Amino acid sequence: MRRPWRPFLAATAALLITAAPALACGGLIGPNGAVNLLRTTTFAGYHDGVEHYVTAFQFAGGGGAFGSITPLPDIPSKVERGGDWTLQRLILETDPPAFEAFRTLGGVEAAAADEAEVLLETTIDALDITILRGGGDEVGLWAKNHGFRLPPDAPEVLDFYADRSPIFMAAAFDADAAAARGQAVGDGTPVHLTIPTDNPWVPLRILGLGKSSAETVQADVYLLTDDKPAMLPNPEAFLEANGLLLDHSAPATEPLLTDLRSDVGMEWVPDDAWLTKVVIDSPADALDFDLAIDASGAGNPSPVDAGYAPFSGNPLPRSPIAVYLLLMAVAIVAVPVALARVARRGPFAGPPAAA
Amino acid sequence: MSRIACPVVVSLLLLGVATTAGCAASPQTVTITIHYSGFDPTEISVPRGVPITFVLVNEDPIDHEWLIGDEAFHQKHRTGTHAGHGAVPNEVSIPALQTVTTTITFDDPGRVAYICHLPSHEEYGMVGWLTVGK
Repeated sequence: MRRPWRPFLAATAALLITAAPALACGGLIGPNGAVNLLRTTTFAGYHDGVEHYVTAFQFAGGGGAFGSITPLPDIPSKVERGGDWTLQRLILETDPPAFEAFRTLGGVEAAAADEAEVLLETTIDALDITILRGGGDEVGLWAKNHGFRLPPDAPEVLDFYADRSPIFMAAAFDADAAAARGQAVGDGTPVHLTIPTDNPWVPLRILGLGKSSAETVQADVYLLTDDKPAMLPNPEAFLEANGLLLDHSAPATEPLLTDLRSDVGMEWVPDDAWLTKVVIDSPADALDFDLAIDASGAGNPSPVDAGYAPFSGNPLPRSPIAVYLLLMAVAIVAVPVALARVARRGPFAGPPAAA
Repeated sequence: MSRIACPVVVSLLLLGVATTAGCAASPQTVTITIHYSGFDPTEISVPRGVPITFVLVNEDPIDHEWLIGDEAFHQKHRTGTHAGHGAVPNEVSIPALQTVTTTITFDDPGRVAYICHLPSHEEYGMVGWLTVGK
């Protein structure tokens, strides 16, 4: 079925790819260990006990190969090319472009561990996708033996994930092959993973892989769930959000659901759903957790899924009682003082007269 | 001298020679473990003029280096492009999840650093210090 918004959407998407929220996936490691990560946009939909994880790998030009490692909550039952407009349509829903944007269109000793077990291999455009199962050492060794140069924080980060879920997706992107295929700079290759799992979680800590403490991680995470999800960390909570901002939280509109359902592989999208957008803007060294989601309606996201204690030494964020007590103390002292001053001046005291 | 006392004296003399020789030159062993891209320990003291065998245990699934020397030495390696080390005792590459040994005798007292010069590893904190006694 042809949709009237599609030409508009395609043009807008082209703009969005080169404009602020470039579509890419985290943890891109070049041959020199550099991380070529701009802003990440991912989508995690959860319905009928299945997570649909969609992310995109952007062709940023140049040559050679680089790769990405993404932790997964469980073994995917299917890995396929994502639809052409799911991520762009979500961006359009929550961040409609300003009118003047249209005028800029067109610029658009013996090893102690074995390698990880390969569960699935597939090729999508210029991407070689491998689903791995193994501990941090096994996955790291597989990556090393397959040409990934992992940054120095990789051993700890891989263990952080492998201790909870030993499933990883490695994506090797051949920029020369992409260029040979005619992919232009800015073209993204969407990947759609279908993952049966109890509850979805979104890996965030991996986005800081290879970044120094002075760098920031910026990412947009879209969630589509049957009910309003409970999240940990809670982006809505005062001083508990840990660099997360709840940018959108509302029932998904009928046009959005219809448009998403019309994309390739998205027929699972239900008739009613809740759309959430979480914006991550955090110093890399502070992003030492993931986003746990309870989509069941019970309101109880797992601290383990988020990477907090007791799983790790990373303490669970709690309401800043000390700050509340301090504010109360200030109020207790300040209010009587202010009232006393008002009483001394009188209710209509004006500014002091000039000398 | 009695028949019993003679072998005892000879044995004691031989033991004394062996002990003296050991104090002079017998190698000492220092084990340095690499875990989560960090050296352990990060402070070592060794005597001057004694061969020190370093056992470098890489517990990480990524490669590391162990290069030890003064600041001029490290500055050269910060901008170097060596793919690997090994022919020189104080420049060692340690592959992922492997153990490498190297033996060095420090003739001059002082304090030198050991650093991994793979990209961004030093910035990440892969630095340790060795003090050579007088």
